[in-house]
Amino acid sequence: MKRLYFTALALAAIATANGVAAAPGEELLKQQCIACHAVTKPDQQNLGRLWERKGPDLHYAGDKFNREWLLAWLQNPTVIRASGVMYSKLVKPGADKGPDQIDPAQLQAHPKLSAEQAALAADALLALKVPGLVEKGSFKNETANVAFASMLFSKLRGCTSCHAAKPGGAAQSGPELYSGGARLQPDYVAAYLRNPHKFDPHVWMPALGLNEGDVQKLTGYIATLKQTETK
Amino acid sequence: MRRQLTSTWLACLCTLFAGGAVAAEQHAAAELNYNTYCVQCHGVNRDGNGINSKQMSVKPRDHTDSKAMGDTPDETLFKAIKEGGLSVSKSVLMPKWSGVLDDGQIKEMVAYLRFVSKTSSK
Repeated sequence: MKRLYFTALALAAIATANGVAAAPGEELLKQQCIACHAVTKPDQQNLGRLWERKGPDLHYAGDKFNREWLLAWLQNPTVIRASGVMYSKLVKPGADKGPDQIDPAQLQAHPKLSAEQAALAADALLALKVPGLVEKGSFKNETANVAFASMLFSKLRGCTSCHAAKPGGAAQSGPELYSGGARLQPDYVAAYLRNPHKFDPHVWMPALGLNEGDVQKLTGYIATLKQTETK
Repeated sequence: MRRQLTSTWLACLCTLFAGGAVAAEQHAAAELNYNTYCVQCHGVNRDGNGINSKQMSVKPRDHTDSKAMGDTPDETLFKAIKEGGLSVSKSVLMPKWSGVLDDGQIKEMVAYLRFVSKTSSK
């Protein structure tokens, strides 16, 4: 009898917990996203996990993405990481001492969501925030010299070594940035530039030790990049 | 006599193979770090032909180049990894890795580079 009572209590507790978490968007994340993406902060963020995970972490998605972009991308996903989620797992030596290569056939396509599902997922993702990770308003949006910022991006700070600034180029080890302005919140870009390892402790993006002026200029420049993949 | 010689040869061979295995084990941690952080520019074959090298105005260092690597002191390699290319008057495109590698790991990486380039400490 006592046992029955406890079972009933336990069931009630589960029902309550589910009741709280049963918002359709959160349910969608559980069903469709968590097999590949972390939607809560992972217990372990070691090098092994960096190699094993199947998709980028999303537990700070609300600090990172622009809603309009997310909504469109979830319905019509394009390749953001031309070298896959972990480039080193897919990279192969090039022929005749040429640069290493990625076989695009190895890239896994992201599932497409319906307009209704995309709206639910976007709202649920944008609710995922980590307090203290991104300082709101830290990007000042002061008019910068675009030509100089472009030089910083390509030559002086070497961003284009790893990130594609134009659609259609060869695969590189970092996510493309030609859609960075559409995709990413500027405050996130600034925070990530200051210290990428605050977000992803072992990621292969180096902490460049940029001064705040360069952080602002690069963020302002990336905010202007709004191209989409050529098909 | 002949038998004795054969067994001496065998013993030598065994030592060589065991030595290789020990070297591989000794460098396992540095190799994983190399594969995570360095391969993107320095390449799967460690020869400077990384996937990003195509977009770079300065070609990444070929770590299999015994001559150039042999001429570079440990201290310079350590500093380049820890503080970036500019700190040793090389390219800005070599970033500093102190954000993900501590001093001990960088020392291991220098030892691994000696192993890859078949050079010894300088």
